[in-house]
Amino acid sequence: MRILYLIYDYIVSNVKSVWDVFSHTFTKADTVEYPDEMPYLAPRFRGRIVLTRDPDGKERCVACNLCAVSCPTDCISLQKAEDETGRWYPEFFRINFSRCVYCGLCEEACPTYSIQLTPDFEMAEYNRQNMVYEKEHLLINGTGKYPNYSFYNVSGKAVSGRKKGEGVNEAPPVDVKSLLP
Amino acid sequence: MNDIGTSAVQSTWLLNVVNVVAILVFVVGSAAFTTWVERRMLGIWQDRYGPNRVGPFGVLQVLADMIKLLWKEDWVPSFADKFVFVVAPTIAMFVVVAAFAVVPVAPGIGVVDLNVGLLFFLAMTSLGVYAVMFGAYASDNKYALLGGLRAAAQMVSYEVFMGLSLMGVVMLTGTFNLREIVHAQEDGWFFIPQFIGMVIFFIAGIAESHRTPFDLPEAEHELTAGFHTEYSGMKFGMFFIGEYVSVLLTAAMMTVLFFGGWLGPTWGFLAYIPPVFWFLLKAGILVLLMILIRGSLPRPRYDQLMAFGWKAMLPLAMVNLLITAVVVLL
Ligand code: SF4
Ligand code: SF4
Repeated sequence: MRILYLIYDYIVSNVKSVWDVFSHTFTKADTVEYPDEMPYLAPRFRGRIVLTRDPDGKERCVACNLCAVSCPTDCISLQKAEDETGRWYPEFFRINFSRCVYCGLCEEACPTYSIQLTPDFEMAEYNRQNMVYEKEHLLINGTGKYPNYSFYNVSGKAVSGRKKGEGVNEAPPVDVKSLLP
Repeated sequence: MNDIGTSAVQSTWLLNVVNVVAILVFVVGSAAFTTWVERRMLGIWQDRYGPNRVGPFGVLQVLADMIKLLWKEDWVPSFADKFVFVVAPTIAMFVVVAAFAVVPVAPGIGVVDLNVGLLFFLAMTSLGVYAVMFGAYASDNKYALLGGLRAAAQMVSYEVFMGLSLMGVVMLTGTFNLREIVHAQEDGWFFIPQFIGMVIFFIAGIAESHRTPFDLPEAEHELTAGFHTEYSGMKFGMFFIGEYVSVLLTAAMMTVLFFGGWLGPTWGFLAYIPPVFWFLLKAGILVLLMILIRGSLPRPRYDQLMAFGWKAMLPLAMVNLLITAVVVLL
């Protein structure tokens, strides 16, 4: 029995694997010939990072630094500034893409949906310094993946032109000094 | 011995020189070309394309690789045994190319017509083990040494039944002369009466050129690159091309010994096709088969390899030899 098994093992299984590989001669190649032919990139593909604007066209980023602290490679750096209406915004916003690992943690951390990863990976550069993107390279004129979201409309914080309680789904503030139910 | 219609042509000195140079250039050239064929075919068999960018269908990839190898730093490690280190790839290249001298490609094409051609071939392939051992020893590198040890054991044991598998053919023809062996096949190629011998020779041939599944001396996954770990530039190139020449050599010897060499069909217009075409066709198909085997079989464990050689192949070769002897006697 064992001898028969060995013969089977040595001959049949080997010949069969050779035949199986040979049968692939006429099957179609799976290769996507990339520069000639663009592979399909899903919308959720994690590529080049952008900063988006809210539906009113204002910068979404509030310089909260959450993306920077969540970044495992520490490649985001920004500086908070405050405009005359009390709204925060980043004075500069810098991502060093030569260190970014495209993990998407910054996108998950961001409370304003400002920072988003996009399906674009063609960012090769000859000069390493060119991999450092500044705010003017990152900021786009659109809302990205979340077209109707505006942080200040739902945040409950008072900013210029909108007092507390005027946001979406927001109740007017309770008057703590009133006795009425 | 030599008057088989070709001696008149072979006697001219100039033709001989042309023959030698042409065969040398053709062999080395097609060995380089085989590297491209192999990469393309492995690609096709693995559902991808392989190198297809440089030149039409990527044929110029060979040239690009060659330029790359030539421009690389040809580095000899400071701890290496310099003389042996340089000599090893030379041996690797020399023995396989020298073995090609006895291959009868077609009537009038072939370097020498030795009456011990088969023995010369066996001797040269056995010398190939020195290249590997010298290279491994001179590198003074653990991986290289392990690869060299494996190579020595493997090549020595596979040598044994490589020779034995051919003795069946020798018995049937009564000669070591390769041209006469081809002529003896005019009424039936030897792969039918010597089927077992052919299979054993084929397996031993793959093992001799240490290609997958018998590439334990190199075994990238375990030994970096085995015996040529420390080699770079054109010295590595020589080991590399030497391996492919040895693939071609195995295919050519298979063709000569078992598939009727340059003999082709003799009916109709097919009879007018030059014999060298048939030789190249058969050898080419065998090279493709070796590439296919490389693409499909895994590398065995080292003890399995040895057990397979001594416990399966050697007895089989003996049995084949005995049966052939009985048949010849009767
Ligand atoms: S994708 Fe990951 S690594 Fe890149 S900036 Fe965002 S958090 Fe940092
Ligand atoms: S987490 Fe969002 S809002 Fe906060 S700093 Fe980063 S990009 Fe700006």
